[in-house]
Amino acid sequence: MSDRILLAHGGGGRLSEELIATEILPRFAFGGKQGLPDGVTLNVSESQLVVSTDSFVVNPLFFPGASIGHLAVHGTVNDVSVSGAKVAYLTLALILEEGLPMDTLREILDDIKKASVQCGVEIVCGDTKVVGKGQCDGAFINTTGIGFKYPEFDLSTAHVKEGDVVIVNGTLGDHGMAVMAFRNSMPFQNSPKSDSAAVNELVDQLRPFNNQIKFMRDPTRGGVASVLNEIVSAQGFGIELDEEALPFDKRSRAMSEILGLDLLHSACEGRLLLICSAEIADEVLSLWRDSEVGSGSEIIGKVCGEKDAGRVTLKTTIGGRRIVDMPHGELLPRIC
Amino acid sequence: MELTDSNNDLRYMEGFREGKASQALASQLEELGVKLEENQKVVRVMEVCGSHTMAIHRYGIRSLLPDNLKLISGPGCPVCVTDHGFIDTAIELCRRGVIIATFGDLIRVPGSEGSLAQLKGEGGRVEVCYSPLDALALAEKEAQSEVVFLGIGFETTMAPIISLVKRAKEEKLSNLSVLTAFKLVPPALKVLVEDPEVAIDGFLCPAHVSAIIGSDAYSPIVDQYSMPCVVAGFEPLDILLGLKELTEQCCDSKPQLTNQYARVVSNEGNLIAQELIKKYLKVSDESWRGIGVIPESGMVLSDEFAYYDASKRFSLPIPEGKVIPGCRCGEVLKGQLSPPDCPLFGKGCSPESPVGPCMVSSEGSCAAYYRYSRFS
Repeated sequence: MSDRILLAHGGGGRLSEELIATEILPRFAFGGKQGLPDGVTLNVSESQLVVSTDSFVVNPLFFPGASIGHLAVHGTVNDVSVSGAKVAYLTLALILEEGLPMDTLREILDDIKKASVQCGVEIVCGDTKVVGKGQCDGAFINTTGIGFKYPEFDLSTAHVKEGDVVIVNGTLGDHGMAVMAFRNSMPFQNSPKSDSAAVNELVDQLRPFNNQIKFMRDPTRGGVASVLNEIVSAQGFGIELDEEALPFDKRSRAMSEILGLDLLHSACEGRLLLICSAEIADEVLSLWRDSEVGSGSEIIGKVCGEKDAGRVTLKTTIGGRRIVDMPHGELLPRIC
Repeated sequence: MELTDSNNDLRYMEGFREGKASQALASQLEELGVKLEENQKVVRVMEVCGSHTMAIHRYGIRSLLPDNLKLISGPGCPVCVTDHGFIDTAIELCRRGVIIATFGDLIRVPGSEGSLAQLKGEGGRVEVCYSPLDALALAEKEAQSEVVFLGIGFETTMAPIISLVKRAKEEKLSNLSVLTAFKLVPPALKVLVEDPEVAIDGFLCPAHVSAIIGSDAYSPIVDQYSMPCVVAGFEPLDILLGLKELTEQCCDSKPQLTNQYARVVSNEGNLIAQELIKKYLKVSDESWRGIGVIPESGMVLSDEFAYYDASKRFSLPIPEGKVIPGCRCGEVLKGQLSPPDCPLFGKGCSPESPVGPCMVSSEGSCAAYYRYSRFS
């Protein structure tokens, strides 16, 4: 077998068959879905289905803490999970660049396999295409996740009330900083690491709290600031964050200070923002902190009433107050 | 550079953001506010530097100040005072096939027609640099192309950009040059003090610029115009302390030069950087966006290093740009207009689609107001 991806690997002929038979099927096809067909029949109960799709186009493919393979699983698993569902199946579509070393593909596939096994999600069908050299950055991946809605939750911003609290499961903005430092070969030692992780286990732990769980989102591009602004937009409530309580990794913090960037605008890939009633906050924290992905959980803010409707503010360490806005365009370092 | 994972290494940051000390200073400022009230005085302080503007908004410092202490944002954001003509020239160079290397926040600044970001979208080669020396690596890599670094900034950024020229010369790189729009802070302060339409009671002087030029550089402003000048760092405690000092001087009518940032800034400044600046650059007249040409307020490469001056290499003198109709950034830069009072603020001019430069740079006063203080 060639040690690089050739156009013919996506051509539908013998090489395509070989690629799928030797690299893809042994990793993912098991049980009833052997063969990873174009279409798969799934047996579902009466439960409501949650479906989410996402495409992953990160450059570079590997960076401190994770790879595009991890992201492709975690990103979609998290999107389904925060909709209040138990994620069960994933589809996997690969768009590969001609010339991609076969070993690189293997490494990506291994990461996908490892991540999907960890999340307990089964890859049930897939597709592989090859595009000409220069037409994509090594590999693009699309995954679609299918999950079963948990009956315990009724998630909606309509249930959010003044006095509710905002909880996050760990440090903020690490993925954005890790990729930026690595992509630009910044001369940092001890660089930040991506926080890429699946949060489905954390969602599962919330089931006993029923409708005291008000709303969940996973902050990715645009960071916590974007997601919170989307949540409060056109609502009768606002959110105030407490700067003292925001969990930051010291390396990410140092890097963001040097470049003049706001970690609230920087991407996360393994974080869950939860809005729940204040009464259960301590219990959620102690449950979450017992697991690796939730060990850094903190209450970072509270829901404010009508007076602050539609906006996200920050109580600063010095006791001042300011708006937390959406990021504007891509994150650019300041001149001085 | 090793990024820290120890609390000890962050102490220089954390210590100057400490809540209790800040609140103690805030209550002292409140007392000063009462004193001002009794004397029916209002103090208008200009924070000259964009990084101060940014920090003031980022920490919500305005929300801690008495009403009769007003902060005015000055012309100290290098991106904001870069003239349209400079952007137009960079765009023209890029259209001629030159690779433009630039600090990130310059790419969205609108010139007379469009920005470098737009040109990049159309296929122009515009590369964002994190350090001027990135341009050196780019020129080595792209040996067949001309690379022009956009050298804007105040005294702070001059030395690193000079080192780019120095390295290019040492390494005999003939495809690298710099389009300069260097600006000097003290001449701008003088123009502001002399402008009868600008009412300022004191200057909060820049931190980084002062580290280069030294606090003594402000003596003429204090001596000739009886204008209080306080050099302050960029951390919130620095700023609060600086504001307290300035307010006290105004209350007592005792203008002085105070260096509150002595842990970094010396009286005479960074002599090595000054030596470099003297060797490589010469004073020139410079056009400031919204203010116009200020005599002897800029610097260009001296004759000995003119080979690295992109404007000369490509025979493209930087023209004065056309002012965008309706844009009142000039008044904002001089502290005559508060950003929310501009008719375009948030209505046709926002960080996503900026009309004027003050909305583009994260240090711009309009952008800072828009991002952090847009309370309705």
